[in-house]
Amino acid sequence: MKNIFRASALLLLAVSALFASCKKDDDSNPFKDNTYQQEDQMGRPAINTVFVTTADKDDFNTTIPSAMGSKYASKFQTQLMALNAGYTTNALGMDAATFSGALATDVLNVATDKKTTFFDGTNVLTGRALADDVISVELLLIFGGPDGTANPALTDDHVDANDVPFLSTFPYLAAAH
Amino acid sequence: MKKKNLLLTAIAILSASIGIVWAADHIDAPGVANTSSDITDFYAFQSPENSDNMVFVVNTQGLLDPTASATAAFDENVMIQVNIDNTGDNVEDLVIQAVFNDGKMSVYGPAKPSVTGKTGKVETDATVTTANISKYGSAATIGNKNGIKVFAGPRDDPFFFDLVAYQNVLAGTASGFNNPGSDTFAGTNVMAVVVEVPKSMLGSAATLNTWAVTKRKV
Repeated sequence: MKNIFRASALLLLAVSALFASCKKDDDSNPFKDNTYQQEDQMGRPAINTVFVTTADKDDFNTTIPSAMGSKYASKFQTQLMALNAGYTTNALGMDAATFSGALATDVLNVATDKKTTFFDGTNVLTGRALADDVISVELLLIFGGPDGTANPALTDDHVDANDVPFLSTFPYLAAAH
Repeated sequence: MKKKNLLLTAIAILSASIGIVWAADHIDAPGVANTSSDITDFYAFQSPENSDNMVFVVNTQGLLDPTASATAAFDENVMIQVNIDNTGDNVEDLVIQAVFNDGKMSVYGPAKPSVTGKTGKVETDATVTTANISKYGSAATIGNKNGIKVFAGPRDDPFFFDLVAYQNVLAGTASGFNNPGSDTFAGTNVMAVVVEVPKSMLGSAATLNTWAVTKRKV
């Protein structure tokens, strides 16, 4: 009897310990039930910095992409014309309104079934790889005119690659300096 | 107050004087500049190691010199999230969420978010892949589970651009870039999050719309 009582007590202890530990695990997840509020946002490189005025920058960072187009397309066009008053079309054949409208919804398109690159001469906006010279692509599209030959002093910053090589294996980024 | 480095200070002075900085997304807006939630760059590409996988990179806290990198840390109150739209409406259908606690990164997802848009919750019922946050000067520590790989820690900033020359153009003190140019981001580091997932976890769309966000606990 004493032994049975002891065994029951032990079992009860074990069961309550189990429940306690389950509960503890649950409660100890420091992220559970927290609420978060958005602060920064980025799709394509350099969009907020180039096309958004200082007064709008924080707002742009907290405007959801599905609401960006209607809110920002005309503002982007104003900025585009301020950067390059002579803009007509670019190497993608986009006039100012089309180009501005495409950029205003700031998401990065990524292909799941072919090469992923910002631009490689063939593929356009199918992703962004580490080695992609995204700034020169954007300079060309903003300043280069319909065939990419306008404003040659402004269409390439002549920094074509990273200062250190990337890794061929995960995590791909080079070690810190 | 985190230790600032000279380059960051110099760029801040320069940007204050001419009113614009063009980097990828480094110090892009007054509300996030020089904070733990400032995204510097976002990358999405097919894995160089396995064409069945997709890699997402979100870099934060840019322009860290080596001294600052040794003490830089992820903010335990900031979630770094990759949003993935696979239905073409620019609303996230899947999220990958990186959160930090006690020297460890936990990556939840890819998972359908319980809430979309500017607010958010950590999808703690989703698959979680963890890794110890890699320390400056040490080998990368990689978490690996269910075909998902994760990394967090200081890394070389992969972005390259002659920002100084561009600022000179904007300021009217130069008429164009120099050849060769000078990479303003050479020798600087970022706090990087790298996540590699099987494409099969991202749905069946031929094109995804993706973007990175940071969200702070309120």
